[in-house]
Amino acid sequence: MTAVFEPWNETRGAEIIAEHADQEGATLVILHALQEAFGYVPEAAIPMVAQALNLSRAEVHGVFTFYHDFRRKPAGRHVLKLCRAEACQAAGGDALAARAEAKLGVSLGSTTPDDRVTLEPIYCLGLCATAPSAMLDGRLIGRLDQKRLDALVADAQR
Amino acid sequence: MSMRLFVSRDAGAIAVGADEVALALKQAAATRGVAIEIVRTGSRGMYWLEPLVEVATPQGRIAFGPVTEADVPSLLDALASNTPHLLRLGATEEIPWLKRQTRLTFARCGVIDPRSLDDYRAHGGYKGLERALSLGPDAILNEVTASGLRGRGGAGFPTGIKWKTVAQAGADRKFIVCNADEGDSGTFADRMIMEGDPFLVIEGMTIAGLTVGATKGYIYIRSEYPHAVEAMNAAIGAAKRGGYLGDQIGGSTTSFDLEVRVGAGAYVCGEETSLLESLEGRRGIVRAKPPLPAHHGLFGKPTVINNVLSFAAVPFILAEGAKAYADFGMGRSRGTMPIQLAGNVRYGGLFETAFGVTLGELVDDIGGGTLTGRPVRAVQVGGPLGAYFPRALFDTPFDYEAFAARDGLIGHGGIVVFDDSVDMRRQARFAMEFCAIESCGKCTPCRIGSTRGVETIEKIINGERVSENLALVEDLCNTMKFGSLCALGGFTPYPVLSALKHFREDFAPIPTTLQAAE
Repeated sequence: MTAVFEPWNETRGAEIIAEHADQEGATLVILHALQEAFGYVPEAAIPMVAQALNLSRAEVHGVFTFYHDFRRKPAGRHVLKLCRAEACQAAGGDALAARAEAKLGVSLGSTTPDDRVTLEPIYCLGLCATAPSAMLDGRLIGRLDQKRLDALVADAQR
Repeated sequence: MSMRLFVSRDAGAIAVGADEVALALKQAAATRGVAIEIVRTGSRGMYWLEPLVEVATPQGRIAFGPVTEADVPSLLDALASNTPHLLRLGATEEIPWLKRQTRLTFARCGVIDPRSLDDYRAHGGYKGLERALSLGPDAILNEVTASGLRGRGGAGFPTGIKWKTVAQAGADRKFIVCNADEGDSGTFADRMIMEGDPFLVIEGMTIAGLTVGATKGYIYIRSEYPHAVEAMNAAIGAAKRGGYLGDQIGGSTTSFDLEVRVGAGAYVCGEETSLLESLEGRRGIVRAKPPLPAHHGLFGKPTVINNVLSFAAVPFILAEGAKAYADFGMGRSRGTMPIQLAGNVRYGGLFETAFGVTLGELVDDIGGGTLTGRPVRAVQVGGPLGAYFPRALFDTPFDYEAFAARDGLIGHGGIVVFDDSVDMRRQARFAMEFCAIESCGKCTPCRIGSTRGVETIEKIINGERVSENLALVEDLCNTMKFGSLCALGGFTPYPVLSALKHFREDFAPIPTTLQAAE
């Protein structure tokens, strides 16, 4: 279930921007749409968004960098997000996060050298009654324990 | 006649295998040639029993849980022959944990098909809007005010007053904004209601629009909730097709339209002015108040901005009358609160009850203590900005004022349970760390204070000049509390100071004799 993204293409980018530019307050909507198509927000798209919305490049860059979701480069083939908020901490999430880091050989917030897995912290998936929880490429996993985590990491490395 | 089964499509249930169970049921039934219909509902909120499978019988629904794929064959056997099964829980409504609740807002959640407008209407949906249309704005305002409903996002501001302010404001356009940026750890009520009863949120927002004269609404949902986004979009589509959104809603002359907007992973956007900035397409930087959003909100227009649960409480108030709601509760906290039990808790989930229940009842009695079986040492109430309470304060009733009197807050109603293995120094450091990660950067106490807080607590953990650094943290907390623009910097001191106050032993300086021995 690896997400398949299009390679960056200016014409396609312009199409996506035009599709949403008429909405009020469209900046986030457009950035989301670009990332959905390309897997990240290419630097070249920023001035295009600015022009379409009659904003300065700095303004769009500011929005792009403010939000944790937007990527400046593609993520690994799989993205494993581990919830690091309090409810998951209370249920043993710290040890599991350390285990995932050790297994993948990278720290939270980075991608394995082979570009297979991006390991990220997430602050709450709202699955706090079945903590600890994780998300692998959009698939939700609750009641995480060592065994389930190891299986997830193996899935992600595939 | 085919057998009707109910399996949740709630994200919390899916995370523990509800989709796999539903698929296994379908396949096994097909193999056996048994006709079944699987209705994907929201969750009943009893997460330790998920995936929960319910079956319709003439006597009402019978529940089984937690069901795994491996249980499916034996479950179908038991259903076919009407024989006992190990996972049989009896009539769902009679399960004590559910039965002792007062579900006004969550009455339909877990019961109906959240994709079906007909199902919503068949279970009392849109009665509130019908009555609202017959009452008119002034009478609706009276009802909402008389119900005593206060903002369920955490601030507890009277909803009626907020709506009245917007109703009285003169403008060419007004907006209704639903804050579904439920970022607090330990809370999931917004997610559950959006996934399990999305029409309720739409109905509440529509009533708000009708009351204040707004024709457009936005639901700002955090990106961490893709299932809720999908459910709300599906419901908005169905409501439009059914004549409940768009022009002439419910056959009236009023028009109201809704749109979902998705956040992008910024906790601070749960703060209302930051959320409005984000909706306008900007960085989620907090605005100074005044002007209030009620006067100068989205795109500079008068705006009602309420939490999901506030809007979701309104249809009941209109359908059943203000008194029926206000009869529940204590003091100035009227009605019910959907409380969320989370973290290291045996019976975690959604427990809606009248205000006034004590913290001890919630944690020990209803929550059943910890899942690990170790003693409960601390509970954090109200999310990452809420205080840590020790057992000594378990007599605190769940009430806005009672929690405030003990330097805490009920926030969005989340309770995160910790056992005795918790290190409160780490929790205090995390509170500062989280604030540093999520600070919008506009005001100095929050932006710089949180980073200095992490460093100073780090020093305490390392045993460096502990008493001096503790005094420094307390002083810093005061600066943040009184000098920050919004609740992020202003309330981060709650978890930090409560950890210091109630769990001082964790911060005790290492005795000099031990230091010398090292």
